[in-house]
Amino acid sequence: MEMEKKNKKINYKLLLDLFMTFFKISPITFGGGFAMIPIMEEELVHKRKWIGKEEIVDVFAVSQSVPGAIAVNSATFVGYQIGGIPGALASLLGIVIPTFIIIIILGALLASFQHNIHVQAALQGIRPVVVALIGSAAYKMSRVSLVDKVCVTLCVACIMSLLLFKSLNLILVIFLGAALGIMVVKVKEVQNYSLAQKKVRGEKF
Amino acid sequence: MNIFVDMFVTFFKLGLVSFGGGYAMIPLIQKEVESHHWLNMSQFTDMIAVSAMAPGPIATNTATILGYKIAGLSGAAVACLSVTLPSLLLILIIGQLFIKYQNHPLVKAAFYGLRPTIVGVIAYSAIKFAISNGIIGGSNFVDVKSLILLVIGFIILIKTKFHPAYLILASGIIGIMIF
Repeated sequence: MEMEKKNKKINYKLLLDLFMTFFKISPITFGGGFAMIPIMEEELVHKRKWIGKEEIVDVFAVSQSVPGAIAVNSATFVGYQIGGIPGALASLLGIVIPTFIIIIILGALLASFQHNIHVQAALQGIRPVVVALIGSAAYKMSRVSLVDKVCVTLCVACIMSLLLFKSLNLILVIFLGAALGIMVVKVKEVQNYSLAQKKVRGEKF
Repeated sequence: MNIFVDMFVTFFKLGLVSFGGGYAMIPLIQKEVESHHWLNMSQFTDMIAVSAMAPGPIATNTATILGYKIAGLSGAAVACLSVTLPSLLLILIIGQLFIKYQNHPLVKAAFYGLRPTIVGVIAYSAIKFAISNGIIGGSNFVDVKSLILLVIGFIILIKTKFHPAYLILASGIIGIMIF
């Protein structure tokens, strides 16, 4: 009985700790997911010692692979590893609430000033940079994703078909890309296998 | 009431398929904004600018500010909730499994094709934004001032560690001076 009570108490404290930790990390991470990784590692691995160095590498790897914002995914996953489902919820709320409040304030400001002539001019200067920002995200990803000719071809084919067929469903395209990846790898395997077979036969005769 | 259900379904769906994090979600949201006629593309671009300047994930920020624009504070709450809910569910359900199977050949093969596709989708979205903001392909074919800003911005972003938030502020000041 005593133990159970104690455990429950510790749990609430842990949940509050998780919430507060991510609540503090959230508003200082400009630039989202990737900017947050070193800060989270410092706080969770070195300061709090909640999770090991190898474990957090797994957490970040999974967070980048699973759909959704990397920051949200990793906070949720760390919370889950440390405190189960309640831990995941506490961490998720901690990471989302501060930025939610900030973005609403900024959204309200934008709405009330967007017809101002200077704000209009400023936005006209900002829009090309937003395009550059999205383009640079694609470029940076391409450096690690386009590892061979097949990948480059797939990427170019994707851009061309999206530009040509305006009604193409993006979700369908994404899953098609994954399916093609599996097919290409299978075909390569078969090719390598038959090549190896030929070699073996060639040596025999 | 209907608009909230519509928003919830839309953002939940996007949250489920946005492999590759924040910037991968922008093209998906862009398509939905178009097909639902929620905003024009310049307005949407401005919202991405605000989302990129603010702290936090660009995906949740963009969804939230869009929800706010469409249906006020409750719209923002619905959008934010529905875009993060898939993350929570996926992490809880397949997080542990994924640690085990992330090196499985089939998973690796899927990501081998998935990653270039995501790059393509994001690059396409950049081109689309450039067109819909009249930077390229408009009445003058190119808007020279905007294109120069775009190119300089792109070079700074890929060559230096200059923070995007400051770059957006700086381009705003330049915008006031030249437009």
